[in-house]
Amino acid sequence: MRYSIFSLLRQALAGHRGWEPAWRDAEPKPAYDVIIVGGGGHGLATAHYLAKVHGITDVAVLEKGWIGLGNAGRNTTIIRSNYLLAGNNPFYELSMRLWEGLEQDLNYNTMVSQRGVLNLYHSDSQRDSYVRRGNAMRMHGVDAELLNARDVRRMLPFLDFENARFPIQGGLLQPRGGTARHDAVVWGYARAASGRGVDIVQNCEVTGFLREGGRIVGVRTSRGDISARKVGMAVAGNTSSVARLAGVRLPIESHVLQAFVSEAVKPLIPCVVTYGAGHFYVSQSDKGGLVFGGNIDGYNSYAQRGNLPTVEDVCESGMALMPAIGRVRILRSWGGIMDMSMDGSPIIDRTPVEGLYLNGGWCYGGFKATPASGYCFAHLLARDEPHEVARAYRLDRFAAGRLLDEKGQGPQPNLH
Amino acid sequence: MRIECPFCGERDVSEFAYLGDAGYRRPPADSQGLAERFYEAVYLRENPAGPHQELWYHAAGCLSWLRVTRNTRTHEIIAVGLATQAPGS
Repeated sequence: MRYSIFSLLRQALAGHRGWEPAWRDAEPKPAYDVIIVGGGGHGLATAHYLAKVHGITDVAVLEKGWIGLGNAGRNTTIIRSNYLLAGNNPFYELSMRLWEGLEQDLNYNTMVSQRGVLNLYHSDSQRDSYVRRGNAMRMHGVDAELLNARDVRRMLPFLDFENARFPIQGGLLQPRGGTARHDAVVWGYARAASGRGVDIVQNCEVTGFLREGGRIVGVRTSRGDISARKVGMAVAGNTSSVARLAGVRLPIESHVLQAFVSEAVKPLIPCVVTYGAGHFYVSQSDKGGLVFGGNIDGYNSYAQRGNLPTVEDVCESGMALMPAIGRVRILRSWGGIMDMSMDGSPIIDRTPVEGLYLNGGWCYGGFKATPASGYCFAHLLARDEPHEVARAYRLDRFAAGRLLDEKGQGPQPNLH
Repeated sequence: MRIECPFCGERDVSEFAYLGDAGYRRPPADSQGLAERFYEAVYLRENPAGPHQELWYHAAGCLSWLRVTRNTRTHEIIAVGLATQAPGS
């Protein structure tokens, strides 16, 4: 069923009894062309673009629980392409362009809201580094505007501009950045992929790989063996564990990242704001809650919950930036498990095992990358060569010394 | 999460700094395939879901390096020793 104002009116007149399920909850077949492990945003986007762009529809997406219940449901919904490095920027800009056309492409309201992403600076040297990044963005055709304190004051008059230690001097604004509705992204991709014949199989955990002379020819799952010509992993958070089943070790550690939402308040924050003197970012959801987060906890974890020192640190940063939120109560907090890679950048590549393809290492930048990640992973699966904008995301870059270290932190995953 | 430091007793995790997996060693300069071994030591990690041996530094305490065995699924601290002690001892 195509969603439109007419379908809505028709259903409204019919008492909303004619809506069909948005996508088909499939039973696994014994064999597929391509199996994608992981029914999050990236896996479902990959299936969608495999079917739409490359015409490969004999595809299954295997999800161990329910789709969108992992990191796709645990992020802070921010989309942006304000990257410095030439290996990163065109990829995230492709993602931004796909976001801009996503609702028409999927015929699904993903609530993409280009309300702007503002990174604040608090010192002359930080301004200089933002000028550099802004110029790099503009040279790649990405929008970037450097704001001074007066400009920022007009947008966000309630910030603590005269903070004694970290006064706000201005910010780097990407007007096209913003937010999107995470659950709708998952369901939109699931619906579009399912509509083109992709099987979405839930409660189907991959427990091993089928091999034939060293080559991967399928997966062992909790719902039986399924063979496939190619198997792609899109299981960020658990990439090391799934890759270990195939005997592959990766330059990845799993870390927990916490996020928070406050009770609903009246419209206060018109864009996404990031604090430059600590790690804190905040936006306001359409329901009115302040959605915010900060750093990862900093130790290896698969627990999907964090510890209180990080909660305190995030809230202190928030208070330093906007003291007005001091009496707003936190409604919920949660943790997601991140693939922290050794240089802070993702991997979309073949693995050393033939027939097995890797999409992971998203650190805490996975949500904004969802469309381009699926687009480029589908390209790799269909053509066995990296997409033009994902050429830097090779697995061999660590051994070859071609690291893509946006923050310049070195091989210490908890610092990226 | 609290870590029982051998010198200071049970302390909050915020007093400690995390380095990571305790199992990695700089390869000797005369070893075969040095570049490959350096790549493995610097970049590759087991990253287990379960017990994990890791190095913590008691930065806001006695400044000692600790070898902590911790379950990464539950954050339960299983064992704590000095980093200079051999694994498991």
